[in-house]
Amino acid sequence: MNKILLIIQREYVTRVQKKSFWIASLLAPFLITAIYAIPIWLALRDKEVKKVEVLDQSGILEAKDFTDREIQYQLISGDLETYKKTFAKQGFSALVVVKKNILEDPRAVQIFSEKNVSLPLKSSIERIVQNKMRAVLMQKAGISERVYEDTQVDISGETITVSEQGKETSSSSGGAMILAGVMGFILYITLLLYGSQVMNGVIEEKSSRIIEVIISSVKPYQLMLGKIFGVGLVGLTQFLLWIVLTIGLSRVTSVLYQPEVKKEILSIKDKKVQEAVKEVDKSDISPMEEVTKVLASTNIPLVIGCFMFYFFFGYLLYSSLFAAIGSAVESSTEAQQFTFIVMIPIIISFLMAQYTMQDPDSSVAVWASMIPFTSPINMMVRLPYGVPTWELICSMVLLVLGFLACSWISARIYRVGILMYGKKVSIKELSKWIFYKG
Amino acid sequence: MILSIQDVVKTYSEHVALDHVSLEVPKGHIFGLLGPNGAGKTSLIRIITQITAPDSGRVIFDGAALSERHVNDIGYLPEERGLYKKMKVGEQLMYLAQLKGMSRSEAQSKLKDWFVRLDIKEWWNKPVDDLSKGMQQKTQFIATVVHEPKLLILDEPFSGFDPINANMLKDEILAIRDRGTTILFSTHRMESVEELCDGIALINHANVVLTGNKKEVQNRFKKNEFELIFGGELPVENESFDLLGTEVTQEGRQKARIKLHAHVRINEALGELISHVEVYSFQEIIPSFNDIFIEVVSQKK
Repeated sequence: MNKILLIIQREYVTRVQKKSFWIASLLAPFLITAIYAIPIWLALRDKEVKKVEVLDQSGILEAKDFTDREIQYQLISGDLETYKKTFAKQGFSALVVVKKNILEDPRAVQIFSEKNVSLPLKSSIERIVQNKMRAVLMQKAGISERVYEDTQVDISGETITVSEQGKETSSSSGGAMILAGVMGFILYITLLLYGSQVMNGVIEEKSSRIIEVIISSVKPYQLMLGKIFGVGLVGLTQFLLWIVLTIGLSRVTSVLYQPEVKKEILSIKDKKVQEAVKEVDKSDISPMEEVTKVLASTNIPLVIGCFMFYFFFGYLLYSSLFAAIGSAVESSTEAQQFTFIVMIPIIISFLMAQYTMQDPDSSVAVWASMIPFTSPINMMVRLPYGVPTWELICSMVLLVLGFLACSWISARIYRVGILMYGKKVSIKELSKWIFYKG
Repeated sequence: MILSIQDVVKTYSEHVALDHVSLEVPKGHIFGLLGPNGAGKTSLIRIITQITAPDSGRVIFDGAALSERHVNDIGYLPEERGLYKKMKVGEQLMYLAQLKGMSRSEAQSKLKDWFVRLDIKEWWNKPVDDLSKGMQQKTQFIATVVHEPKLLILDEPFSGFDPINANMLKDEILAIRDRGTTILFSTHRMESVEELCDGIALINHANVVLTGNKKEVQNRFKKNEFELIFGGELPVENESFDLLGTEVTQEGRQKARIKLHAHVRINEALGELISHVEVYSFQEIIPSFNDIFIEVVSQKK
């Protein structure tokens, strides 16, 4: 037992000492933070205001209709041909022409520009003209502006889960789906990543020929388990670093941004514009609210605990198979022909997870979350939607049993494989090794 | 006896690697394990190091059936040997020593002694990648002996060493033997067998075909042949010996190889020789291990 600890220690320490480990551990939280921090930063940054000329031949548009923070509209009148020649020289990005027949033909809007018009600019113009047109048409139909505005309701349903004890929790199916997807994906990537690390570790020991020295000191299964656990602990360390650093960085960025957001809102003088900004901000914030809602409605310790459990045992199961493959070959390139055997169940479970995400209580999803090979990813995907306790326990027990079975088979292959040199092995050969004596 | 192998059988799928092998290795000896490639030496070594288990038969180590606790009493330097390339020399040796059951502090002080003895102190913090092949082999040797095993198994220890390092290694092996360690020494190089070994076992086709004390084995293979340096005319027709061949030595003297007839005593032969020629030297030919090896291996085919 003491020797397994020594092996775990070596595997752990040599990997954690590597620069690549720290680069990956530090970079990922920065990237995650950047993914949402950069758009906010871009939004807060002083924008270069685009200027657009609007030639309204229909006469329905008024200056107050143009509400856009990023684009400055200027209503003009006169001859289209002269403006066409001059708008670019005068520093306008585009020239918009609203034709006389706009009320009859929704396509009677033309946008002239030197370069291609950006999509946001185009949709901004379309939105403004469309809103005004609707209002005019409503008025014509005898519906007052007030009635029109009152009808513009925005429905946002609240989902509530009722537990067996009748306890109600406000939930978010959209958010649950995001959480499920993210966890499933992280598991998928890490199973492959750390599994192949184990395999390469085994190949390294075999090809550098240190293996015979080591197994004259320890039993092959001790070496295999030590390596698997050591690399697994590296994985858990990396997760912890990711979680802690991401939370820390998010806190720091949100503190940095807080005053700026307020300042931005206050600095806008025009009341109308200010309202529009609030409107925009509301829609910006709603995904954040969604996330908060998910976090509030999910049992965080349970999810993190299960995530660690399913990562660790799923990893143990797969990496023992990766170790067996590593033992049977002499180089990573030679290993490729065997890795697909192990990759297939991982990829299948990832594909099944897409389905599980759509329908987490279907019988396929339940089975996928029970079978040890597919359960790590699929159970984590089901978890945010709520899983009966007995199913969870059943799946965990099956996973542990699956790991024990796989590691037994792998250890049998491993002890033969690590001493086998200069021989191309087939899958048939590998299965024979399982039944070799001593 | 430090090691007693009794009736060990090992088969790999269809191939018989060891066929009822029995062998005794006396304590404190350097014991040569000889045999052509594929004869079963490595299979036997792997059973002694408990890398594999025999199909049947028993191995007694130092008076008890070989078991897991004996792992720490055995040091093994395989023929194909390597190190973790990215690890530092010191760390690596600490790890290997601790795997052999040494405590951290014990391993550290023993390793320091070795580093001082072999004058390689500055290597401690070097990654193995930076070492030359000879340096790596020294490192491997230290890893094999640092836990002071009762039995040291060296598989072709000299391969790849330059003459200076090979000499140093030889001295270390002898010093270790003198401290009471038994050394099982597997090799193809017969000159190092003659130089170092106290006893030998020759394995061929999964069987021990020859075993015993070095001198005793050599005596067994003596053919009653003598080397004679002489002056004059050697009688080809005579009562006591056959002439096997003659040549001229560098000093210009004649040299002959003769084989005495079965019942002729040495003195009788000498008497006859003296009456015919001037005898400068008369010496029994002791068969070299090279000759014995070739004779036994080719005969068994």
